[in-house]
Amino acid sequence: MRIALFIARRIAYAIGLLLAVAILNFTLIHLAPGDVVETIVGEMGGASAETIASLRKTYGLDKGFLEQLFIYVSRVATGDLGVSTYFNRPVLGLVADRMFATVLLVFSALASAVVLGTFLGVTAARRPSSWLGAFVTIVALFGFSAPVFWSGLLLLLLFASVWPILPASGMYDIASGATGFAYVLDVAHHLVLPAGTLAIIYLALYSRLARASMIEVLGSDYVRTARAKGLSENKVVFKHALRNAILPVVTIAGLQFSGMLAGAVLVETVFTWPGMGLLAFEAILRRDTQLILGILLLSALLVIVGNLLTDLAYRLIDPRIRTDG
Amino acid sequence: MMQTIVKSIVFAATLAIAAPATAQKAGGTLIWGTTQVARHFNPAVQSGYATAMVGAQVFASPLRFDDKWNPQPYLAESWSFQDDGKSLLLKLVPNATFHDGKPVTSEDVAFSIMAIKANHPFSSMLAAVERVDTPSPTVAIIRMSQPHPAIFLALSPALCPIMPKHIFGDGADLKTHARNTTPIGSGPYKLAEFKPGEHIILEKNPAFFIKDRPKFDRIIVRIFRDSNALAVAIERKEIQFTPFWADLALLDRLSKTPGIATTDKGGDAIGPLNWLAFNTKKKPLDDARVRQAISFAIDREFITKKLHNGRSRIATGPIAPGAPFYSGAVEHYKVDLEKANRLLDQAGLKKGAGGVRASLSVDYLPGSNEQQKNVAEYLKPQLKKIGIEVTVRNAPDFPTWAKRVGAHDFDMTMDAVFNWGDPVIGVHRTYLSSNIRPGIIWSNTQSYSNPKVDDLLAKAAVERDPAKRKAEYQEFQKIVVGDAPIAYINVLPYFTIYEKNLRSLPTTIWGAMAPIDEMYRE
Repeated sequence: MRIALFIARRIAYAIGLLLAVAILNFTLIHLAPGDVVETIVGEMGGASAETIASLRKTYGLDKGFLEQLFIYVSRVATGDLGVSTYFNRPVLGLVADRMFATVLLVFSALASAVVLGTFLGVTAARRPSSWLGAFVTIVALFGFSAPVFWSGLLLLLLFASVWPILPASGMYDIASGATGFAYVLDVAHHLVLPAGTLAIIYLALYSRLARASMIEVLGSDYVRTARAKGLSENKVVFKHALRNAILPVVTIAGLQFSGMLAGAVLVETVFTWPGMGLLAFEAILRRDTQLILGILLLSALLVIVGNLLTDLAYRLIDPRIRTDG
Repeated sequence: MMQTIVKSIVFAATLAIAAPATAQKAGGTLIWGTTQVARHFNPAVQSGYATAMVGAQVFASPLRFDDKWNPQPYLAESWSFQDDGKSLLLKLVPNATFHDGKPVTSEDVAFSIMAIKANHPFSSMLAAVERVDTPSPTVAIIRMSQPHPAIFLALSPALCPIMPKHIFGDGADLKTHARNTTPIGSGPYKLAEFKPGEHIILEKNPAFFIKDRPKFDRIIVRIFRDSNALAVAIERKEIQFTPFWADLALLDRLSKTPGIATTDKGGDAIGPLNWLAFNTKKKPLDDARVRQAISFAIDREFITKKLHNGRSRIATGPIAPGAPFYSGAVEHYKVDLEKANRLLDQAGLKKGAGGVRASLSVDYLPGSNEQQKNVAEYLKPQLKKIGIEVTVRNAPDFPTWAKRVGAHDFDMTMDAVFNWGDPVIGVHRTYLSSNIRPGIIWSNTQSYSNPKVDDLLAKAAVERDPAKRKAEYQEFQKIVVGDAPIAYINVLPYFTIYEKNLRSLPTTIWGAMAPIDEMYRE
């Protein structure tokens, strides 16, 4: 009951937040010079003044800012995100087509980074002065410092060109026409490089975080007690210490979800991964206002859902929060 | 009443030619790679190769062209001029059908030509066309207000798709027509799937009106947003054919890849020119001597050999080398800083503090660093040598640049403009004083005006004698290059990268913007 109330309250906040995001996005995009008609005219190879005026009218760009904003917000309130002016298709359909690819990429990267990062961090924490601890620190430093598009290109060259064991781009091999399990394997094969690239930054973050947190927890009284009871070291670390040490990792993972979505734009562009990031890149490049607004709004929704899931996970992991409500 | 047929060419026999040997090589899938994202596939309302590459496979057109600029039969098996060149009779092939099985008739031809005239951005292309008569289902007569020699190239696949009237003639606005992304034509391939920004799948049209074509069963066009990723895919043989490759830094690497070949053959009609345009209404650029001085200060050898790795050719004037009306008999503006300084002195631009004569800004078309940004950046130190201080203005995206240039809010700008076959289609627009239209990109944004040029272009537009027309365009080129509203830099280098076992590559004047129905894998 308490959890249902918690979720209902969060949904109410989310609706207000989404409305504010929609208005802010619309205003910011409207402030930028030029519009999609100029892109279309450019790609058409020029156009007459009449054609330009007719296109502006078709896309409702001949109206004033407030009128356009009112129309947009009214439409969004009914779940209509409009039509992509560039692709001439409904925004919701275009984004829905791409959302699965992005969610798959981001969650794969996030899960890999959290699991591997925590494991590396915990291992390093158990022997803080060992070579492994130093190795984790170096990897963390490299992963966190390298721009994602650069590390992506580097991994692309390494694993798709120099040592060609992974596909260079795309989400699946269109020519193979694989279905069923073969398709799943094909997607997984294509996922390795983009998810690995996206994970590498956060791997660094989580390993450092887990290491620091674990060192602190391993020095606490209850861990000493557990050891005194004669429990095996693995049991002490993974059953008793890890549960507390992982809390900061879960918190940061939730917060980093939006960062990962931003990173996905670059990763999807480098690997031609057909997700929302690649679509956002196309939309921004072509000033496809409706599509940009749709992507931003749905990204905001994803972030809100991500944060809600983090809070729920936090409640599951930490009984104190559960009790506090 | 039909008048004397001036010219009649019948190539029906060629349509039937289909050697049994080539028929055996048919089949398979061609994986095609591109970094171009098409908005739709209807060249009736949009130019550009992203649209035309696929559009030319889906739609057939009245004519197609060989690699020597000769018109070849396509939907029209023969053609002839009447009424002193003011009418063009097209005799259509009797067996052409659209992908939905309905026959292609003269009604569809008439509808398409008039729809293109009303909607295509190249308003001069079919401006002379008044109507299209349809005396029978297989005869269409294009009636024009005046002789219009550009009509032949205007009937090419990249510019004149014959659309089914029963689909596109439903009264909806053609520019935003829903079927532009799911078109039906009578070309060699049918559009099977289009995932915007991802891929396009084309299936062989089994009822294509040319026997034993096309050769491939299927074409998959994979869209990449990053040329590095496309390059890796080419190296891995995931991609077998990539036309219009323009990344010169990666080209050298790809050309060394075993099993891969590159060529710059084909596509002469596109005539893509990279140039520096001047705003001739702004001081001091309103003085031709200042513009000439800047042109003399630019080292085109350095640009083509160093900045473009020796992969691009110098452009000398408004018509691209390789086109029938190209003339090299113009001022070549070989780099001469002394002469440039002298011209600036004569124009009264004296050196001031720090040796600066004038400060100018240069914009560039965003999207191509090699051709645009790097050349704009190069101008900064180079023009400083003649006392002109240059500020490079970045534009984050195309709309920003287009707004500035369209509004004539610039001093100098790098630009890339295509000839599009006949000068009437792609060249006149830049120089006619009647085409100075603020707010319209790729009009005469230089505000260049010369009555003699206007007169020559008006004459050349209607001149039916090729020799006389060539002479008029020669004079036009000489005057325009001398007046220097534009400093011509280079021809944009477009390469085709392909697997070595591919044969009959599209090397005609329209390159891959023409049907690739003859290409096969050996």
